[in-house]
Amino acid sequence: MLVVSRLPGRAVALVAAAIAFVMLTLGASLAPYVSGGGVVSEPFWGAASLGISGGLRLDGLSLVFVLLITGIGTLIFLYAHAYLKGDPRLGRLVVILVAFMTAMVGAITADDVIVLFVFWELTSLTSFFLVGFDHEKLKARKAALQALLITGGGGLALLAGLVLISIAAGTTSLSGILAAREAVLADPLAMPAMLLVILGCFTKSAQVPFHFWLPAAMAAPTPVSAYLHSATMVKLGVYLLARLNPLYQDVELWQHLLTLFGAATAVTGAVLALRETDLKLVLAYTTVTALGTLVMLIGIAPEQSITAAVTFLIVHALYKAALFMVAGIVDHETGSRDAASLGGLARAMPLTAAVAVLAALSMAGLPPFVGFVAKELIYEAKLELGATANVLLAVSFVVNAATVAIACVLSFRLFYGARKPTPDVPHDPSPAMLVGPLVLATLGLFVGLMPDVLGRSIIDPAVGAILGAPADIRLKLWHGFNVVLMLSAATISVGVVIYLAWARIVPRLRAVSWVDAFSPSRAYEHGLESLLLFAGKTTRLIQHGSLSGYIRTLFVVTALAVLATLAVRSGFAWPEGGLAVDVRALVVVLLAAGAIATMVARTALAAVLALGLVGFSAALLFMVFGAPDVAFTQFAVETLMVAILATALVRLPIRGADLRDRRRKAGDLVVAGFCGVAVVAVLAAVVAAPFDARLSTWFGAESVPSAHGRNVVNVILVDFRALDTLGEITVLAIAAFAVAALLRRVVGARKPASEIET
Amino acid sequence: MSLYVLVRGHNDPGGGFIGGLLAAGGVLFYAIARGAESARAALRLSPIQYCGLGVGLALVSGLPALLDPSKEYLTHLWWFPDVGFKLPIGTALVFDAGVYLTVVGTITAIFLSLVEERTV
Repeated sequence: MLVVSRLPGRAVALVAAAIAFVMLTLGASLAPYVSGGGVVSEPFWGAASLGISGGLRLDGLSLVFVLLITGIGTLIFLYAHAYLKGDPRLGRLVVILVAFMTAMVGAITADDVIVLFVFWELTSLTSFFLVGFDHEKLKARKAALQALLITGGGGLALLAGLVLISIAAGTTSLSGILAAREAVLADPLAMPAMLLVILGCFTKSAQVPFHFWLPAAMAAPTPVSAYLHSATMVKLGVYLLARLNPLYQDVELWQHLLTLFGAATAVTGAVLALRETDLKLVLAYTTVTALGTLVMLIGIAPEQSITAAVTFLIVHALYKAALFMVAGIVDHETGSRDAASLGGLARAMPLTAAVAVLAALSMAGLPPFVGFVAKELIYEAKLELGATANVLLAVSFVVNAATVAIACVLSFRLFYGARKPTPDVPHDPSPAMLVGPLVLATLGLFVGLMPDVLGRSIIDPAVGAILGAPADIRLKLWHGFNVVLMLSAATISVGVVIYLAWARIVPRLRAVSWVDAFSPSRAYEHGLESLLLFAGKTTRLIQHGSLSGYIRTLFVVTALAVLATLAVRSGFAWPEGGLAVDVRALVVVLLAAGAIATMVARTALAAVLALGLVGFSAALLFMVFGAPDVAFTQFAVETLMVAILATALVRLPIRGADLRDRRRKAGDLVVAGFCGVAVVAVLAAVVAAPFDARLSTWFGAESVPSAHGRNVVNVILVDFRALDTLGEITVLAIAAFAVAALLRRVVGARKPASEIET
Repeated sequence: MSLYVLVRGHNDPGGGFIGGLLAAGGVLFYAIARGAESARAALRLSPIQYCGLGVGLALVSGLPALLDPSKEYLTHLWWFPDVGFKLPIGTALVFDAGVYLTVVGTITAIFLSLVEERTV
């Protein structure tokens, strides 16, 4: 990757296109095998210790996606080559796009849910970088963050769901899970798992109410929008729903949810699309519509609707990517993206106009384009359901009519009619920019003319994979005069009517402002703001900057924790026979004297010295009770501590006297007393417990023979537990760094202040 | 004296930590008496470098153990060359020396930053 980005920017995109093309041919070469009903399966990167089985799998469903991703990818790279010509960031864009493409292919071919999830998240991540590509613009950054948070949040839900499913199935392998259908459905958590997975897919595929990140993501450069947010990434959720369909297709909740949300999304997208004039936004909302339709079709489930779904998936990818690229061309050449103010461009850009018309006709569903085939299939599927599904039929009708209208806007209105003035002088773009949409649009035509070729080779195995049983699909262009044809004709007529009234509809719909006020997008923004406010408030509460406050909190919590643990575990105990008074313990008197002196000392310096007395008394205590090493260490530490503290007091701006008022002192006294009680309690409990001498005897016995040393303490530190000691001195070193760095600020800052004071 | 305490540590009270503390104490009093700059000059290396040296030494002392496939990292090895009596030499001393240097470095770093305007 690094090597590639160092090539002259212009070559990078072409290299990437070549890579994509190679992948395409690979996929295409496997197509005949897969079409015949075979499944290509490779064990690949499993991690048995983690319980991940890994594996790659290419079946009909994956094949469709792989061909789409790599095919459109090739064209996109060519397009980007021309679109961002001369832009120094082209290299970066291409690299991230290639990473995205790889992640997409990885997700599609993964046979393991964990691997799939990793690639899923990778696509979200690369999308984040791509949407935020113009990172100097606030709009782009916000949109990128929004997309990441929503798809990432959905990703978490997805992970939870996938984990639950794989636990129920006993394997993380997708093929294994699909085979273990009964086990998965019988699991008590089967429904929550399904819901979580659905949630993940819905966020990724922009279903209502998570649809709003998609239009916002239009802040990305057009090649990115054409690739990710129309043809590939957003379809990933649809892919997973289709992939898991054999598992859930008989579950009523699944059917209802998908159908309901899919339909809602389709309608929402259609209506919102009619409110926009920015070409990219219109296309984004129609993508939302298409995604909704796809989800709805998967939810309906019988063979007809699944066939319709797969066909529509391909069709949509073809025309949408083409139209996005056309929108990019128009933007690039005329300097404007506003459909309301563009018109009559065909004379200046004849080739572009032709391509746009081709793609738009497919979108509108006119014969002989493949879009027509898809629309017919959709209507057929709905009709098959019978009278109860009339609502769905109506939904499809409305949505399709709106789509027709928009298709007309994108072609006729833009390119024909009165010529309107534009910021730049328009002309046909370079071949590299045109080849992409041209190929896609003409594919739409040719496949429409011979739909069965596509049907038998690609759609058939895909449908088989989704249904979990072999299918036999025949696609025809002409089904004869029947209800479906009538419906299609009616749709187109209504669509044209809407188109003619478009200029008046848009402002009317825009005026319905409550849509904006109550949109999920607002909810998201509100939520994000509140979250940040909350975070700020809690931080101010806890990090208040007062050192004595921190210490007080620390002590109170520690004492509480100790006492609470003792209480919960019923650990309070008093050693039997009470505390034996040992003559040696009289050293404690000295210690107590030091402590009291610390309390009543008038200046900080005096307090430090008194504290030193406490330390020395502790050392004496150790010595007297037979722990010479500890005593030795304590003496040395105490000396150093007094010396260092004394120096610190002189150098740092700490006032000498004790400034606390009576109330404060009383409060601190209580805290201190509390701590003292806690310590006594815990020590008493420890002493009361019978002493387990096993470790001590072992160390004592082993010290000389294995470690050649008579000083058990030292031997433990240096030999038996050397690794711990290594960790300790590393911590010491780190502490030294930290203190030195901190002190640099304090000491440095103090100098100017003291100069000012005089 | 601190070096004596270091070496003595394995069989009698002493060892790396204590030796290091004593050495640091020495540097400290030297700095109080003669000033921080002279103390730094006397040390020759900067305190943080001592820290690094110390941790490094400790890490290295565990490596010879890896030469023997049956032993884990940080298993200390011993030789007893005969110089009239059996002289115990082992990697444990190297480890302890590492501890010693780290302690010296840490305390000196902290102290010297406090005592003067220049840090580290």
